[in-house]
Formats: sequence, C-alpha cells, structure tokens
Amino acid sequence: MAMNQPQPTSMTSEPSQTPAPQAVTPKMRASNVSFYYGKFRALHDISLEFATNKVTALIGPSGCGKSTFLRNLNRINETLRDTRIEGEITLDGQNILDKDVTEIRRRIGMVFQRPNPFPKSIFENIIYGPRINGMLRRRQSAAELVEKSLRRAALWDEVKDKLHDSAYALSGGQQQRLCIARALAVDPEVLLLDEPCSALDPIATAKIEDLLVTIKEQCTIVIVTHNMQQAARVADTTGFFLLGKLIEHDKTDVIFKNPSKKETEDYITGRFG
Amino acid sequence: MTSRNSRRNTVNNVMLTLCGICVFVTVSTLFVILAYLIYNGGKSVNLDFFTKLPQPPGQLGGGMANAIVGSAEIVLLATMIGLPIGFFAGIYLAEFGNKTMQFLIRYTADLLNGIPSIVIGIFAWTVIVVRTHHFSALAGGVALSLMLIPITARSTEQFLLEVPRSLREGALALGANKWRTIATVIVPAAGKGIMTGMILGVARISGETAPLLFTSLNNQFWSTGLSEPTASLPVMIYNDAIAPYDDLHRQAWAAGLVLLGLVLLANIAARMVISRGTSLPR
Amino acid sequence: MRPFEEDFKSLNDTLLSMGSLVAHSVQRSVLSLVEKNEDYAHQVIRDESRVDQIEIKVDDMVTSLIVREQPVARDMRLVVAAIKIATDLERMGDLAVHIAERALSLMVQPPLPESINFADLANLVESMVLGSLDSFIKRDPQTARGILAADDAVDKSRNDIQHRLIELMQRDPATVTRALEYIIVARKLERIGDHATNIAEDVIFLAQGIDVRHRVAEVAQV
Repeated sequence: MAMNQPQPTSMTSEPSQTPAPQAVTPKMRASNVSFYYGKFRALHDISLEFATNKVTALIGPSGCGKSTFLRNLNRINETLRDTRIEGEITLDGQNILDKDVTEIRRRIGMVFQRPNPFPKSIFENIIYGPRINGMLRRRQSAAELVEKSLRRAALWDEVKDKLHDSAYALSGGQQQRLCIARALAVDPEVLLLDEPCSALDPIATAKIEDLLVTIKEQCTIVIVTHNMQQAARVADTTGFFLLGKLIEHDKTDVIFKNPSKKETEDYITGRFG
Repeated sequence: MTSRNSRRNTVNNVMLTLCGICVFVTVSTLFVILAYLIYNGGKSVNLDFFTKLPQPPGQLGGGMANAIVGSAEIVLLATMIGLPIGFFAGIYLAEFGNKTMQFLIRYTADLLNGIPSIVIGIFAWTVIVVRTHHFSALAGGVALSLMLIPITARSTEQFLLEVPRSLREGALALGANKWRTIATVIVPAAGKGIMTGMILGVARISGETAPLLFTSLNNQFWSTGLSEPTASLPVMIYNDAIAPYDDLHRQAWAAGLVLLGLVLLANIAARMVISRGTSLPR
Repeated sequence: MRPFEEDFKSLNDTLLSMGSLVAHSVQRSVLSLVEKNEDYAHQVIRDESRVDQIEIKVDDMVTSLIVREQPVARDMRLVVAAIKIATDLERMGDLAVHIAERALSLMVQPPLPESINFADLANLVESMVLGSLDSFIKRDPQTARGILAADDAVDKSRNDIQHRLIELMQRDPATVTRALEYIIVARKLERIGDHATNIAEDVIFLAQGIDVRHRVAEVAQV
C-alpha cells in the first residue's frame, strides 16, 4: 500500500525524556541521596528538584523508599537508630544536612500518615510550634495566629467555638487538618505530607486536596501518596519510586497520560508485579 | 463429628470452671483478710487510736498517733527522694541512651526491685545507721526510697514507651529539640499513667516493714526530728503482734486495718486517675 | 492476565470486529457502484444496523471501564481512542450506505457518455481504511502517519473527478442528474478517507501519547 511507507514526521515530537521543567531555582534539591537503615540501602542516588510553590507527588509501591526519602527532607529520619545518609539536600541552595536541625524543621513542616494531634486543646496544638520557636510575643498575637492558621487549614469555622476543647474530640479529617494548621502556624517554606489522607474518608480527603491547592501559593509542597488519582489531581509534577530508586520524574500530566518508563506505566495501570 | 464436638464442649466447660475457681480464690482472699481485719481490729479503731500515744505494756487503751505521723514522715521522705530519681531514670530508659546502656540500667533496676526488702534494710543500716550511730527516720526513708526508685523508673519507662512515635515526630517536626519534646509532649501524654504508677509505688512501700526494722526502728513517743528513731505503722504492728499482751494484739489488728485502708485508698485513687480517661489516643 | 486486562483486550477486539465490518461495507459499496451489483448494495444497507449496535457496545464498555478502572496511561489512551474510533467507524458505515444508495439509484439510469475513473479514488480510500485498521492492530505510528499523508492525494483525486463531471454537465446538461450523483459519491468517498485519517491520528495518540490533530504538535512541542 502506497501510504504505508514511512514518512518524515516534522509535525510530531517524541515524548519528553528530560526531567520535568522547573522554575529557575528550585526551592529544594536532593542530589545523589542514598540512605541506609543499618546495612540495608533504602535509597539509591536519588536526585530530585522541588520547584517553588509547586506540588510534587511521590508515588510507588509500598517499601519503594518514597516515605523514607520524604522523611529525609526534614531530617526526621535521623531520630531513628542506626541510620546513615549520603548525598546533599539543599533548601534555597544551602545544604540542610549540616545546618541546625531544629531551624531546618521549622522551615520544612511535616504532616504524617495518621493524624497526630498532641493531647492538648486545639488552641494549644496550634500554638505549640510558634511557642517553642519563640515566635510569640503577646497573648493577643497568639489568638490571632491560631485563627490565621486554622483559617489557612479551612478548619476555623468548624472549631472556633471549641478552641479549648481537646483535639481528640475532632473527627479524623478535622484532626488531620488541625495537624496541617499546626504545621502552617510556624510559617514553613516547604510542607511535607506523608500519605496524609490514607486514614480518611473521601470527603475529608477532598477537603485536604482542596487545601493543598491554596496552601501552595505560599508553600512548596511534597506529598507521598498511594492514591494515584490524588497525585493526578493535586500534583504539578510526579516522581515514581521503585525499589529505592527514582524511576521517573515528570509533569504529572505526562506521567499519567504517557509515562516514558515501562515500570511507571505498569505501576500506574495496575500491571505491577 | 458430634462426639468430637461434645468432647470439645467438655474441655471447654472444665477449663472455664477451673478458671472460675481460681478467680474465686483470688478475690475471696482479699475479702477474707479484710473481714478478719475488720472483725479483729475494728473494735480498737477509735478516736484514741488516731490521737493518743501507745500505752506502756500492760496498760489498756492508748493509740498510735506517733506511728501514723511517723509512717507519713518516712513515706514522704522516701517519696521525695525516690520519685524524682525513679522518674528521671525512667525518662532516660525510655528516651535516651544506647541499647547496651538501656539494657544494663533496666537489668539493674529489675535486680534492685527483686532484692529482698530485709536486705535493703540491712544496707541502709550499714550505710546510715552505723555511720551516724543512731536509728533515724532518715535512714528509714532512704531504705524505702531504694525500693521506690526501681518501681518508679520501670513504670515511668513503660508509660513513656506507650506514647506513640507519631507524637514524638509531630513535635520534632515542628522544630522542638529532644528535651523539649519530652517535657512538653511526651511526659504530659503519659502523665496519667506515670502518676498512677507512682501512686501504686508509694502504696507498695508504705506497707513495708523489713527495711524499717533496723533503720527507723520504733519509738513509743513522738520523735523530735528526722535523725531520731521514729515509729511507723508496719513496725508497730510487728512489735505489738509479738508482744505477750492481748491489748497490744488488738492494737496491732487496728493498725493493720488502718494500714490496709490507706493502701486501698491509694489504689482506688490510682484507678480514678486512670479512669478519668487516658490522655493518649485510643 | 488479570481480569481488568481482559476487559481492555475485549474492548480492543470489539473495535477490530467493528473495523472489519465497516471496511467490508466500504469495499462493497464501491463494488456495488462499479459492478452495478445490487446484492452488495443491499448488504451494505443491512450491515449498517450491526455497526450501530457495535458502536453502542463500545461506548458501554468504555464507560464501565472508566467507572471501574479509572484508567491511566496506555489504558486511558485506549479508552479515549476507542470512543473516537468507534464514532469514526460508525460515520464511515453511514457513508458507505449513502454510496450504496447512490449506486442503486444509478443502476436504473443509463451510463454516462464518457467513463469516469473512480478506481484510483476508491482504491486510495479503501487502502486508507484498511491501513488505519492495520495501524490500530499493530499500534504502529509509522503506518498511521502514512495515512495522514495520503489524505492530500484523496482530496486531489476527488477534485479531478469533480472537475471532469462539471465539464461534462456544462457540455451536456442532460447528464446533470447522473453526474451529480457521481459527485456526491466522490464526496462521500473523500469523507470516508477523512474518517480513516481521524482513526490514524487516534492511533498515534494511542501509541505515543501525542496529539497530531490540526498540526498542534508543531506548535506546542510535547
């Protein structure tokens, strides 16, 4: 057949193979990060950039190292025994691995898999971070800060009349938003979220996803998730981890429409393993 | 099929009955002791018992006011020494130190806990009484505190370890340092449990006799200071019970009843602390 | 193969059987015209309802796959392409029916005074139809791109036929009724070629995840 011969294809281009396009200077950058639990090497030379005011999702099967990687970004993994990190992680160009850890953790907030409010009142939960970081001057400013933080986490209207009740009186979804508000109260520049919706119902999940879109205006967000649709909904770029390696990092659209690596496609289409 | 089922049912019923009997023995022991104490001591528990000094042997009446106050004094002293040391040791065990150190300390604490109380008494006698040349409330307090430290340390450790890791990480992730995290989040979260452990520990040592026998000794009168021999309820019970006078026996029963009442009270207080709701999630 | 993979496979197979049915209809409609064969024309008209049934079946399969699997990546691309391909195939089936109807009408009229060569146009379009299906089966973007290029030749061939018929009508107004029918047939064939082109574009999207419609890829480099 005449038209079956190959044609020059000036009108097309190959799928993108390069790392996702980033802002000029990324907010955070991991360079050749390896991480060891004892002798076990959990991460292999991960290099990844996090663009300012963007949401980056990390996906991959359980045990692929995505949470481990996230927990290195604020050095919370250091609190585990017998661990070692190699490589460099920078925040605004400065290596966080040799700076004061409490200052790093103030600037890089974290929200965990299960809501973990302190056994204190809602008010005390929010004010905890500002207090230990010496960010409070007057009583008045405390109340203002609490309101501002709860508003940023879209929780204010639900709790404004019970600020001094125990945080445990809240529902799971509210507790998780409280934890987000608590993290935001110290004005972090980066917010890390480790499967923040895995214990929540779809409505609470949707609220938190909506929240991320507004929070990213002031914050760079990194979210680990098992929920592929969640990554597709909230993330600007997505990284796929497998067996401690970063397989692919690209614009979320590209990852979910046309990933360049077979491993990525097998995983996101459910053909993995 | 049915025969196997009926055999299972039989085994089930036998075991259930066995457990029931054991529960009955356990529970009834307490009530038998209580009833016996009330029957024998109840008659002598009156206002005099709480306000008067003991009468010389042979004379009727009198009370144990000095022993009640003395016991309180010694236990308070032991509490003031033992609780803080045990508490901080417990924090160290749960939060600091490497595995070897923790193992050593935990093992030492358990050994200390297992030392017969009479040996602890002898130890305090050697270290304090012999050196200072007289029996004293101080020596008794130190002896009891030696018992209180391992109890408090281990129970504090247990309750601290029950605090979920996520709470620790929550505080650390906000920029708190380790000590701050412990002081402002972990200890408050474990607070009720730790408090309960302390109350039970104090209740436990307040009934001890052996460590006091050669430390605070006894005193028929009001002691005038911590460095004086001091009366205490357990020792008073011991002395009166082995004396050849019926009236002293009755006094011993009464003292036993009072002591048991105090310990029960402490236990109930501890339960109430717990039942006010644990401070931890779920 | 996991159950859901079977579902994607059976969607693929359903599209293929629809494609082969439509390809036959196109061929038969051309034959009915060229060979004045009534049976072919009637078969094309009968088969149209089968094509419609399969289109509905494809839509059902697609909607239930979206609901159950929330497909992404190549699964998503198959599902999206399937809806569009089924629509194009259904339109091609309709156009084949229109050609068959013209053929039936022309059978009862005298032939034109000079013969019009439909063979080139018909061959070209038929091979585009077969080629688009072939590229779908093989997920072969090269074959698909060949079809995109052939579209221009179809347009040219159709224009030639149209010009000759217009000249004929101008010379001999008595031929107008018949000539117009032929012009319509040429148009329908060209439309079938357009739908084959659409399918080829969908195949490129399916195989490579890039959109080549309206030459957007030239503007926005993926």
